[in-house]
Amino acid sequence: MSLRSGTFHENYAQDMAILRTRLHWGMLFAFLILLFTCPLFFSDRILTIMTMIGIAIISVHGLNILTGYCGQISIGHVGFMAVGAYVSAILTAKFGWPFWAALPCAAMAAGMAGLIFGLPSLKIKGFYLIMATIAAHFIIIWLILQFRDITGGPDGFAVPKPKIGSFVFNSKASYFYLVMIIACLATFMAVNIIRTRAGRAFVAIRDNDLAAEVMGINLWIYKLQAFFIGCVYAGVAGALLVHYYGFASVDQFAFMDSVWYLGMLIVGGMGSTIGAVFGAVSLKLLDELVTVVGPILSAAVAAQAAASLALITRGLVIMLFLIFEPRGLAHRWGMIKAYYRLWPFSHEELE
Amino acid sequence: MTFFLQLLVTGFALGMVYALIAIGFVIILKCSNAFNIAQGHFVLIGGYLGYTFLVPFHLPIWAALFSAIVAAAILGLLIERLTIRPLVGQSELAIIMMTIALASVLEGLATLVWGGEYKTYHGVLPTITLKLGGISLPPESLIGLIVSIVAMVMLMLLFRYTKIGLAMRATAEDLQVVQSLGIRATTVYAVSWVIASVVGVIGGILLGGVSGVMIPLAEIGLKAFAVVLLGGVNSIGGAIVAGIILGMLENIAAGYLDPLLPGGGLAQVFPFVVMIIVLIFRPYGLFGLTRIERI
Repeated sequence: MSLRSGTFHENYAQDMAILRTRLHWGMLFAFLILLFTCPLFFSDRILTIMTMIGIAIISVHGLNILTGYCGQISIGHVGFMAVGAYVSAILTAKFGWPFWAALPCAAMAAGMAGLIFGLPSLKIKGFYLIMATIAAHFIIIWLILQFRDITGGPDGFAVPKPKIGSFVFNSKASYFYLVMIIACLATFMAVNIIRTRAGRAFVAIRDNDLAAEVMGINLWIYKLQAFFIGCVYAGVAGALLVHYYGFASVDQFAFMDSVWYLGMLIVGGMGSTIGAVFGAVSLKLLDELVTVVGPILSAAVAAQAAASLALITRGLVIMLFLIFEPRGLAHRWGMIKAYYRLWPFSHEELE
Repeated sequence: MTFFLQLLVTGFALGMVYALIAIGFVIILKCSNAFNIAQGHFVLIGGYLGYTFLVPFHLPIWAALFSAIVAAAILGLLIERLTIRPLVGQSELAIIMMTIALASVLEGLATLVWGGEYKTYHGVLPTITLKLGGISLPPESLIGLIVSIVAMVMLMLLFRYTKIGLAMRATAEDLQVVQSLGIRATTVYAVSWVIASVVGVIGGILLGGVSGVMIPLAEIGLKAFAVVLLGGVNSIGGAIVAGIILGMLENIAAGYLDPLLPGGGLAQVFPFVVMIIVLIFRPYGLFGLTRIERI
C-alpha cells in the first residue's frame, strides 16, 4: 500500500478505505459526472459501443472473481450468460414479469447453473476444469435448443425492452444509463467482495489450494461460492445483452466469446478489478477498430480479409500480452502511478 | 441388429479418427506439459494444405503428402519457437491461453489464405469402401482407420528405437534428470510440437480428401478432448481405447436417441456429457496417472 508522502492513516477505517484521499474522491466524482453526461455529447453509435463495453465489464468482473482471484479457469462463461439471458427473456416475454423482478431471477438461475457445473471443480483443476467448463457451454446451448416450446429453439424469440414502472428503456441513452449504473454497482461489489473473508479465501485457493485447505479454508464451500458469484455476474450481463438486442437467440452466445472474455482478463491483468475494466474497454475498442478497418481491408486485399482480421488480431493481442506483459494493463497502470508518485526520483522504486 | 452393428462399425472407425487427433495432443502434453487446444486447427490446416498441393499445384499424391508434412514440420517448429518457448516456466493458464490464441490465429490464417470456403478434392485420393455382409464401412472411416494405425505404429517405432524418442520418453518421466544428463529439453519440446502438427496435418489431408475441408473441421479437436480425458491425458494407449469407446457410444446414442428427441443433434453434445461424467467420477481417465500433490 504505497502512499504519497504527507498522507497519514491514523485509524483502521482510514487504512481500509478504498478512496483514501480527497483527490481520490474528486477523481471518482469527476469520472462519474463525465460518464453520466456522455449521452449529451455522443452519437447513438458511440453510446452503443459504450453500452456493449459496460455489459462486457459486468461479465468480465464475474470471470475475474472466478478465474483471476479464485484460480478456477472457466471457458464456459458465455454459456452462463446465456442461462441468465434466457431466464430473464422468458420471464419478461412469456410470463409478463417486470424487468426488475426478472433480472435477479436471471442472476440466480445463472448462479445455480454455475454451482452445478462447478461441482467437478472440487476434484479437478487446470486443464480438466477448462474441459468441464467448455462442456458446460455446449450442454447449456444444446439444452436451450432442445426446449424449443419455450426458448424458440434455433429461431429465438423477441424480448421486450426493460420497463421499470411506466418508464421504458427504449432509447440508446436510457439503456446506456441502465447498463452503466449496473456496471458501476458491479464494479463496486467486485472490489468489496475481494476484501471480505470469502475474497481472501479465493486468493488463498488460487495461490495454493492444498495450503489453503490446511489453513482451514473449506474448499468445497469457497470454490462453489466463487462459481456462484462469477456466474451471477454472467447472468446479469447476459440478461442486459438480450434486452438490449430485443431478441434472444443462441447465436448471441458463441463459444469463441468465452475465449474472448478470458482474453480481456489477460490483457487487463488477472486478479485485479481495475484490470478487468481495462481489459474489457481496450479489447472492445480493438473490436470496434477491426470492424472499421475490416471493410477497408477487404476492399483493398480480399473479401475474406475482414473475417480473418478479427480472428488474427484477437489471437495476436492475447499472444503478445502473454509474452511481453503477462500481468496485464493493470500492472502497467500501477507502474505509471508509481512513476507519477515518485517523480522526479522514479528510479528509486519501479517495481 | 444390422443397424446396431452398422452403428458400431462406423463408430469404431470414427473413434479411430478421434484417437489420431488425440495422440498428437497427448504427445505434446507428455513431453512439454502443455495442453494444446489448437490440435483441431492443425487438422484444419492439414486439410487446406492437402487441397493446395493436390488441386492448384497438381502434385502427385506422394509429393503432396511429403510437401504437406514438411510444411507441417515447419509450422510446428515456428509455433514452438515463437509462442511456446517464451512461456517456459509460466503458469498452466498462460500456456493454455497461448494455444487458444494460436487456434484463433490459425483459423484466421486459414480464412485469409483459403477464404474459409468449402474446398474439396474428392476423387484425387483413392477411396475404398469395405463391405462386410449388410454392413458397409464408408471410405472416410476406412481411411481414418488406416492412417491412425500407420501413425500409431510409426510413433511406437520412434519412441522405442530412436534416440530422440527415448529422450522424449525420459522427459515425460522426469525433466530434471533429463537435463542433468545433457539432453536438450528445448529440442524435445520442438520435436513434440512437430510430431503433433504432422499427425494433425496428415489426419486433415485424409479427412479432407473424403468429406471436404471447411472451417468447422477444426471442431473435431473439441471432441478429441473428450477422448483424451476419458483415456487419461498422459496415455497414448488410453487415447486409442477411449477414442473407439467414444466413437461407438456417440454413434449408438445418436442412432437410437435422436429420433426420440425433438431437436436432435445429440451426437454433437454427447462427447461433452461424457466429459462431465468422467470429470466428476474419474478425473484421471481410464489409464491416466493420478496426480499426487504435495505442498
